[in-house]
Amino acid sequence: MTVVGTPIKRREDEALLRGRGSFVDNLTLPGTAYMAVVRSPYPAARIVSVNLDAARAAEGVIAAFSGADLADEWAGPLPCAWLVTEDTKNPPHYPVAIDVARYQGDPVAVVVAESRALAKDAAELVEVEYEPLPAVADVEQALSDGAPLVHEELGTNECYVWKLETDGIQAAIDAADVVVTRRYRQPRLIPNAIEPRGVLAQVGPTGDVTLWSATQTPHIQRFVLQLVLGIPEAKIRVIAPDVGGGFGSKIQVYGEGPLAIVLARRLGRPVKWTEERSENYLGTIHGRDVVHEVTFAATKEGKITAVRSEAWCAMGAYLELVTPGIPLLGAWLYSGPYEIPNYSVTFTGVFTNTTPTDAYRGAGRPEATYVLERTMDALARELGMDPVELRRKNLIREFPHTMASGLTIDSGDYHASLDRLLEVLDLDAVRAEQAARRERGDVKQLGVGFSTYNEMCGLAPSRILGAIRYAVGGWDSATVRFQPLGSVQVVVGTSPHGQGHETTFAQIVADRLGVGVDEVEVLHGDTAISQLGMDTYGSRSLAVGGIALWQATEKVIAKARAIVAHQLEVSEDDLEFADGTFRVKGSPDRSMDIKAAAFAAHAAHNLPDGMEPGLEETATYDPANFSWPGGAHAAVVEVDTETGDTRLVRYVAVDDVGRAINPMIVDGQVHGGLAQGIAAALYEEGVYDAEGNLLTTTMATYLVPSAAELPSFETDRTETAADNPLGVKGVGETGTIASAPAVVNAVVDALSHLGVTDVPLPATPERVWNAIQEVRS
Amino acid sequence: MPDRERVGLVVNGEPRLVEVEPRTLLVHALRDGLGLTGTHVGCDTSQCGACTVLVDGKAVKSCTLLALQAEGSEVTTIEGIADEAGLHPVQQAFVEHHGLQCGFCTPGMILTALDLLSRDPDPDERTIRHALRGNLCRCTGYQPIVESVRAAAEALR
Repeated sequence: MTVVGTPIKRREDEALLRGRGSFVDNLTLPGTAYMAVVRSPYPAARIVSVNLDAARAAEGVIAAFSGADLADEWAGPLPCAWLVTEDTKNPPHYPVAIDVARYQGDPVAVVVAESRALAKDAAELVEVEYEPLPAVADVEQALSDGAPLVHEELGTNECYVWKLETDGIQAAIDAADVVVTRRYRQPRLIPNAIEPRGVLAQVGPTGDVTLWSATQTPHIQRFVLQLVLGIPEAKIRVIAPDVGGGFGSKIQVYGEGPLAIVLARRLGRPVKWTEERSENYLGTIHGRDVVHEVTFAATKEGKITAVRSEAWCAMGAYLELVTPGIPLLGAWLYSGPYEIPNYSVTFTGVFTNTTPTDAYRGAGRPEATYVLERTMDALARELGMDPVELRRKNLIREFPHTMASGLTIDSGDYHASLDRLLEVLDLDAVRAEQAARRERGDVKQLGVGFSTYNEMCGLAPSRILGAIRYAVGGWDSATVRFQPLGSVQVVVGTSPHGQGHETTFAQIVADRLGVGVDEVEVLHGDTAISQLGMDTYGSRSLAVGGIALWQATEKVIAKARAIVAHQLEVSEDDLEFADGTFRVKGSPDRSMDIKAAAFAAHAAHNLPDGMEPGLEETATYDPANFSWPGGAHAAVVEVDTETGDTRLVRYVAVDDVGRAINPMIVDGQVHGGLAQGIAAALYEEGVYDAEGNLLTTTMATYLVPSAAELPSFETDRTETAADNPLGVKGVGETGTIASAPAVVNAVVDALSHLGVTDVPLPATPERVWNAIQEVRS
Repeated sequence: MPDRERVGLVVNGEPRLVEVEPRTLLVHALRDGLGLTGTHVGCDTSQCGACTVLVDGKAVKSCTLLALQAEGSEVTTIEGIADEAGLHPVQQAFVEHHGLQCGFCTPGMILTALDLLSRDPDPDERTIRHALRGNLCRCTGYQPIVESVRAAAEALR
């Protein structure tokens, strides 16, 4: 029976539904002590002194340390793995600040006590004398003359300038019939995985370390922990148990992990730390915070001839694991699904006295897609052309397609997605309703917005990563192991946190081996079990890890084939393999099933000369290219022109993610992605005041949407096979990448008859109302 | 140790005594005192709803009351709604309709859904969406959760 392509139910669900999830905060070891982190209330301040006497004397306190107390513990600073240019500035960043705090939330001291509450009580007693320093929170202000310097020793707030440009860009712009230039500000987004971060550290008698961590990246954690602590990776075990969402914010190696290990070692007790939500807002990475200036050049018929983008990207106060590289993940997407012959992208990384930025769902690609798709609409207005027609005219038609920016899109059918979108949407009916409301001057106006998009995911080809200065590779690994009696154990290098890898991966292996899906056990998220892996982010788990798994499965079949050929005394070429059984071509009664081959491999009584016993294979897969999902999305919004209140009425998404292994899980990924992109369009904004104080520090002020704010989505798929053995492209980020511009284009469309051409992000009632007032006055 | 008091609760049908500080929130009494770690903590301002339990049959965010305030109450947590033989129809509906991804918000969602369905056996989509507005999910976009609750309503009728 084939299970690939069917929506089988998830094996992950039952334990979670019974409240038996193994989330880090649910785990406690005998003798566990609890850590609380004291954080700077100032965006920038010199740490004059840290007085720990009162904290140390407080009830239940085991120890308290300042940054200076712990300075000798670090073998190196928290590293950044992606210094995008030779001269990218990377100031040292330690788990606890020593001399200067550089953002609100920067750790300055740590307390360990017998309970979480006592640790928090004692943290309140730590007396830190600060000398406040001038701070800067806005990227443009940070680059202005005389701006406060986040790192004085650097002499500038500019972290790097990175450029990708084809020859003749200026000439193309000069020669164009129509040139449109627009500026966009994409605010900070706070990822808000509902499970906050957490770690539990244990140091064994020989100095061996076990760290349970709410992380997407157990393998990367282990690697970085050696660099920070000087403990060999071989002595470090990182376990990512059930992890409650990540969305990029649990990729990084935050200071609390190494800190808990150091304290566990010093105190001889397990040490646990669980982040609080208000702490998460300050201490976990943010996303976006980018200002763009974008120029499109086109012929008067609407053929786009050039795109030029310049962006100023907030790094925050320090570089986290991949902070400077985030814009680069979008660097090839400023032409998106369109054929645009001239191309220029420049990124300037900027330090500000803010929480560091890093990967948040989509990471660089939503930023690029937003400015591209908003400017498509601006160009359509300039040309007096329908926005759908402008898109059609420029969509890439033939694949593979090598873009002006140099990368090659292997597959797609962007017109098919757009056709299907318009069919589901019934655009004529929407336009008729819009016209009727305009005609009668309805208070509530209707708007429809589009986003045709593609994305670069399946991170990533190692050679390309090397060429753009990422520190390590982008391959992944998997092991497929027959147990002697025929059950199958799969070990993967990816590390899920809600994506249902156990179910999806079991489907792939069960189908190929011809065993029952319930006979396949999938193990992950523990570096003692999964030795090799590059973890989960960038829609890579299926498009990279899944292919490694495919290859390992093929290697198992090849070895089993050799065993069966030997035992049946036929040539390997004479064997067919289907439904779990090898049959001799032409004499189907001569057969042996793969489980029998597995037992034979284990017994090793009669194997080909020189063959190693056992039926277990490992494969690593390094993709030759990124994968390229794409599609067409449309939003329909209703805008109250008297209050600015905007409601999303419909959302239609047609995506091409390649082959869907489990369509139920694929839909779930699309839905979740859409919710986050829509939230970015209408609700969410991390706000700093001019002095660098974060104003949105709780879920009461940072508006994560609830069920009541969102409609049911209309999703559909078109399918072209990716150039890999499974034909898969990845789906984790599509919804987030495509949706924000579709929604804001719809808001602008609803008000376009009034003369509104832009509404800043997020399109809150106040901003929409202001946009209306501006054109009315 | 600060002064500790004993609070008596009926938790998932069993009378339990738990020692708490006067300031201990119900959620921490359940998690740390009774080891019922299915009730999760996702925020510190009573927005996320991950800690929702039933107190005397009503959905309550267990971070919003002190354990001592719950003295004598019947508390139902996620661990108490089904036995080993099988899932509760609401849990089963979440399996069938992919109503969970990471599973962290899920216990709170289930208990809020139980509260809704005890009051309204046939809620429409709008009613469900409004009933769930105190429970935040970051993974699903809510649609499959809404579908799960509708399916559970049907199964329970």
